[in-house]
Amino acid sequence: MKTITVLGTGCTKCKNTVQLIEESAQGLGVDVKVEKVEDPAQIMTYNVMSTPAVVLDGTVVHKGGIPSKEQVIGWLES
Amino acid sequence: MFIIFTDLASWLIYDLLGLSPETKLGTALHFFVEDVSKIFVLLMVMIYLIALLRVSLDVERVRDFLARKSRGTGYILASGLGAITPFCSCSSIPVFLGFTSAGIPIGITMAFLLTSPLINEVAVLLLLSLLGWKFTLLYVVVGVLVGVLGGLFLDAIRAERWLQSFAAKALKGAQTQPLNTAEEDHPKITFAERHTFAKSETLEIFGRVWKWVIVGVGLGAALHGFVPDGWIEAHLGAGQWWSVPAATLIGIPLYSNATGVIPVMESLITNGLPIGTTLAFCMSTVAASFPEFILLKQVMQWRLLAILFAMLLISFTTIGWIFNGLSFLF
Repeated sequence: MKTITVLGTGCTKCKNTVQLIEESAQGLGVDVKVEKVEDPAQIMTYNVMSTPAVVLDGTVVHKGGIPSKEQVIGWLES
Repeated sequence: MFIIFTDLASWLIYDLLGLSPETKLGTALHFFVEDVSKIFVLLMVMIYLIALLRVSLDVERVRDFLARKSRGTGYILASGLGAITPFCSCSSIPVFLGFTSAGIPIGITMAFLLTSPLINEVAVLLLLSLLGWKFTLLYVVVGVLVGVLGGLFLDAIRAERWLQSFAAKALKGAQTQPLNTAEEDHPKITFAERHTFAKSETLEIFGRVWKWVIVGVGLGAALHGFVPDGWIEAHLGAGQWWSVPAATLIGIPLYSNATGVIPVMESLITNGLPIGTTLAFCMSTVAASFPEFILLKQVMQWRLLAILFAMLLISFTTIGWIFNGLSFLF
């Protein structure tokens, strides 16, 4: 099963990102585990400075904003 | 070129609604429509144009750039870059840690973070259109100075002593063994990509700030129409030295971004509030806020937070007094 991690300090954009991914996964019927990391020390270990950022199976694939729907679908179908 | 907005407001309020320009309600509504329409159009156009230009400027690049600079120029560059680099305020903590773990001194990092909320392209634009170039220039210079001096001060007192331990460790580690900040490959950006970015930026920023503009101009209109002429000047004028620290304190619990507060600044100044008092109030509203400080607690100990807070209060108050003293220049 795929794991998608959303890095963010708890702002609205981060919440929207999680929601977007969960909804898209449901729509596509893809089984995915969505995690949220809010601890700054942990976010630092990904070497990410602009949040929200998205990590797909351990690799940072997006940072600095809410991803587009197409991007999310791309990750889910990859 | 702004006359079109005055005409629009006159047509809507005086002709269509039939209100008289002699009444308070008439002038207040006229002011509201004129300013809101003007600001909305300016915002849309300028955010788009500026976003086109700054696609390639991001915090990663700024960090790599600053990590290679000497201390002396670092403060000024960091403060200046803080003014133009876009990032969401909820990224402050990751940015702080990212800079710190690249070995950038805390004062330079804070210079970047302090200037960032004070100056941004939207704020500069609104200032230019509402209060003129002199005031805008003044605001920008003071904003950058707050960052530079604040940063110098924090390094002078060795503020890194009071970081949370994991952040202090990251800073120490990076200073003894520099992070590899070699230039990453930045692919060339096509115009289509610039356009897509600028479009989404415009919609995103506009979607976030339009309500602030309404609130700000609304307050401004209320002041404009209903506070008697001369009242502010008589009660809160430059002669009342305490009005500056009071304005700074009032600004703290009020939290707004620069976009919302500038229309209020305009009406405060045109109603006779001294320029320094207005600056103190607005900078404190924009830069010192409790939510921000609670976030910073994650990387700083209470002691450093208290110092930072006091530092901001003292600087805004000093700025207020200085500019009230110099107000004959404007």
